Amino acid sequence: MKLLIFAGPPSAGKTAVVRQVIRQFHGELKIAFLKIDVVRAFEDEELSREFSIPARKVYSGDMCPDHTGIMVLRDAITWAEDLGAGMLIVESAGLCLRCTPYTTQALGIVTLSAVGGVNSPLKMAPMIALADIAVVTKTDLISQAEKEVFREKVRVVAPSVDIIETNAIQGTGLRYLMKAIHAAPEINDPDTIVLRGTPPLGVCTICVGKKEIGWQHHFGVVQNLEGADDLYRGD
Amino acid sequence: MEPRAIATITVLPGKARDGSRETFEKITIQGGDMISIVGPTGSGKTAFINDIEVFAWEDTVTGRTILVDGEVPPDDIVRDPARKPIALITQNTKCLADLMVREFLEMHVKARKIADESRTESTIALANEFTGEKIAESMRMTALSGGQTRALLIADAIAVSAAPIILLDEVESGGIFKEKVIQSLKSKGKAVIFVTHDPILALLTDRRIVMKNGAVEKIIEPEGREDETLAEISAMDAVLSSMRERLRAGDLLLRRGGC
Repeated sequence: MKLLIFAGPPSAGKTAVVRQVIRQFHGELKIAFLKIDVVRAFEDEELSREFSIPARKVYSGDMCPDHTGIMVLRDAITWAEDLGAGMLIVESAGLCLRCTPYTTQALGIVTLSAVGGVNSPLKMAPMIALADIAVVTKTDLISQAEKEVFREKVRVVAPSVDIIETNAIQGTGLRYLMKAIHAAPEINDPDTIVLRGTPPLGVCTICVGKKEIGWQHHFGVVQNLEGADDLYRGD
Repeated sequence: MEPRAIATITVLPGKARDGSRETFEKITIQGGDMISIVGPTGSGKTAFINDIEVFAWEDTVTGRTILVDGEVPPDDIVRDPARKPIALITQNTKCLADLMVREFLEMHVKARKIADESRTESTIALANEFTGEKIAESMRMTALSGGQTRALLIADAIAVSAAPIILLDEVESGGIFKEKVIQSLKSKGKAVIFVTHDPILALLTDRRIVMKNGAVEKIIEPEGREDETLAEISAMDAVLSSMRERLRAGDLLLRRGGC
């Protein structure tokens, strides 16, 4: 079974790209879909209705949605394998720009919206840095100049990521994504899958309930105003 | 970085919405060609130019194939927007960044690594040939009118992108001098393909592709037979334009001599 992990900020067009992938592959193999979200999600119902594929969702509630994704991924693989799926597509909530939910033995795809502005790739560096493919959506809406500059900014963050520009609603330009999915290896041993990068530290004294403001009142993972680090590009 | 110089683009037939094969053998486009795409809404006009833009290879809904200089194009010109020999401007294309006109053009000039410092200025000058509403370098991109934006994006495609092929998807709607744009594109040896409902634009082109039900229905080459019609509708257009200007100026548009 192939594992595809889609990340990208809200409204970037993750589901539009997923829809094109399902449209392309669901004649060849059985596809299972998992959406991870915080409060509400509808993608599973929509895709299940549209393509008659097994689809489900998990809500993270009070937990970080990417932590939830990591927690449930092993179960999700078993669920999809038991269904006889040849491909499992996991779509992240896409809320935390520090997150990078990609794993080994999977194809990591980040979806970025060209209308987010030419600096947006720099703002979500971790999401892009460890992905195999960056799909840039809505490029039909922006000027040629911005299209070119957007590509350069993605390159700054991830010099070797495969960049694919598309209008995902029409599916233009996605031929290279489909080729990469075709060529992607299957899961070798699900029990040895690990995250590609370190997730943001999820437990600090704020997490456990201390309410005082200012790093002086906290311990463990602390950060002061001057100490903001450079772009996270993976370990 | 400059787009690759190319001599021809060839469109090979695909299929109509009902699955039947398109009847043309091939459509070849070269520098200086002016082609219009006409047909009712939903007939496949935009799909036709999208096929060219993505260099379709039997992998779009139409099943067409696009060749460059008679061959399957190499990956770099298909994938890298700065190497691509095609510029597409649609009715939705905008500059989203809140930049001044000068900053916007400088950003593009820089991205293309063009050394010529006067390129920004000459691009604005070219845009101003296309529109009557003067564009100044200190105007904000987001505050430009529809006509100014289209004029500037076309000028950018010609002067900065230097794309040999320009695709325009219904961008004519008002505010730009159509004849001027066509003349300029022709004189620079560009190949231009318009999707249009505008009779003047359609008649200014040498070839007209008529779409129906997702397929190329026929290809018309008027070879001068429509010249009289063109003269007639250009005169009508001139009357309408002058009325539009008077309307803007606040005139009362009375019939004949009464203004």
